[in-house]
Amino acid sequence: MLLYALRRLLYLVPVAFGVSLLVFALVHLAPGDAISAIVPPDAPQEVVDKLRTYYGFDKPLPVQYFRWMLVTLGGDFGTSIGTGRPVFEEVGGAFLNTIVLAIAACIVAFSLAVVLGTAAAYARSRAVDRIVTSIALIGVSVPHFWLAIVLVIVFSVELGWLPPMGLGPENVAGWRLDLDHLRYMILPTVALSMIPLGVMTRTVRSTVKEILNMEFVTALQAKGMNDGRILLHVLKNAAPTCLAVMGLQAGNLIGGSILIETVFSWPGTGFLLNSAIFRRDLPVLQGATLVLAFFFMMLNLTVDVIQTMVDPRIKRG
Amino acid sequence: MAIQSPSLDMTAGAAVAATPASAAHGYWQSVRRRLRRDPVTVGCAALLFVIVAAAVAAPWLGLADPYKTSMLYRLKPVGTPRFLLGTDELGRDMLARLVYGGRLSLFMGVTPVVCALAVGATLGIAAGFLGGRVNMLIMRLMDVFYAFPSVLLAISLSGALGAGAENTLLALTLVFIPPICRVSESVTTQVRGFDFVDAAKASGAGTLTIVRVHVLGNVLGPILVYATSLISVAIILAAGLSFLGLGVKPPEPEWGLMLNTLRQAIYVNPLLAALPGVMIFVTSICFNLMSDGLRAAMDVKA
Repeated sequence: MLLYALRRLLYLVPVAFGVSLLVFALVHLAPGDAISAIVPPDAPQEVVDKLRTYYGFDKPLPVQYFRWMLVTLGGDFGTSIGTGRPVFEEVGGAFLNTIVLAIAACIVAFSLAVVLGTAAAYARSRAVDRIVTSIALIGVSVPHFWLAIVLVIVFSVELGWLPPMGLGPENVAGWRLDLDHLRYMILPTVALSMIPLGVMTRTVRSTVKEILNMEFVTALQAKGMNDGRILLHVLKNAAPTCLAVMGLQAGNLIGGSILIETVFSWPGTGFLLNSAIFRRDLPVLQGATLVLAFFFMMLNLTVDVIQTMVDPRIKRG
Repeated sequence: MAIQSPSLDMTAGAAVAATPASAAHGYWQSVRRRLRRDPVTVGCAALLFVIVAAAVAAPWLGLADPYKTSMLYRLKPVGTPRFLLGTDELGRDMLARLVYGGRLSLFMGVTPVVCALAVGATLGIAAGFLGGRVNMLIMRLMDVFYAFPSVLLAISLSGALGAGAENTLLALTLVFIPPICRVSESVTTQVRGFDFVDAAKASGAGTLTIVRVHVLGNVLGPILVYATSLISVAIILAAGLSFLGLGVKPPEPEWGLMLNTLRQAIYVNPLLAALPGVMIFVTSICFNLMSDGLRAAMDVKA
């Protein structure tokens, strides 16, 4: 098991190298370089050149890449061109806020999906199945940023029950676990959980249904095992497939929360990324993308390893 | 968004149509017959047809000018005389803008998937059929793109490239190439293992002939079904990019961008602010249901 995990980790090295190349390329895809974005258009050429030398943009690209990578590996993500603060600090703080929201959305989406999906697979009446598949369809089809706006319209503007935006009442300090902060979390969590809810409900439903048709279930029924314990067997068999999809969905939540964070002004990585794009703050864009991509890679790896642990039938080696 | 790779492998697993290439004609006929009998698919197709036809024929429908602003008629509610669906924050007719908006929104959703299908399927079939080093090279390259959540990749790419419809198209195409390539690769790998491919090889058929005659007919179905399921994701993602200000530039009518500019109006006229999203939602549901119908009709398992 440990060996397998290590091998997978080793395999990530070339992928990580490719990812870093791609993230590095992001900056150079940009029209004009990072310097022309921050200096006024009438800045004298020598100032521009000085800045270019200062940030190392005058070196050939491969040199720039290796310099950037070495520094980044050391944990230094550079300085935000917009705010002058270290990128690592900016991204780190935002990342925590994103994680909080993502975890909440995961809990809501996955627990609901397991219940709904299993119910639909078990349901004898077509009505239950229809309702659940419709919920799943809505989940995968709804533009979640629009849903976010609709939620704000209904619960903040019309009813006035919940705050329309922000992280918490004072908006200065970071996130804390208390009633006030939870109130601010409700709407973003609901909006964010829609897509994973839809995808997971579909997955759980089809996986459980498939397993229910297997012979071992009939055998257990024939032996007279009660339904509750059979359900346990079924869920155990459905777990590996569902876990794999859950992992991906969780990763997508963290990368995909940018739209929701923008609607709710939630100060997470998505919000940071968005403002970095508009300030043309390329170091922050680079840093945030890199952190998120690496997190996503590690999450996939973890899910893969857990999957092998849960399912002894998967022999990888 | 909902690009899920584990299900890709499953798509591929069940994908191999049992129909031999020579009977392809009969197969497509039965697919068409099954599609016609499915009321949900037919209904969605009809609704989509209306939306697309209206968008294409917009200039001849006698609608108001979607660019004409008016300071007097700003944010009029739905049902105002002369403005059936009200007016937006600059006094432009909402009905006209919603109909015209379909042009860009649909175009920006469908085009990337078509382009990605062309590139991704070619790469994937090549990787699957040739195997070995080529496979390794192509699939490892795809792994790099897979290391990004799809939304993040789309946003970072269009953020770096700058706003504009062309850049959005490019970014979205890049986002959809890897998943299509993966599906194509695993389906092709499976087909390659069948006896009829060996038989063709033994009888001296060249690689291109085998791919054209024996492989394509068997892999295109599943690949196509998968690609159609991406269209709704693409439409939402394209609208999302415009919503962030990374896609289409104002004053073009586009659903995502309209949602963005109307956000400031949620306190004044909430119903109006939600309208463009309804269009995105309806189109996306239709594409999803049609994709499900196609999957069932073509007997490709999810």
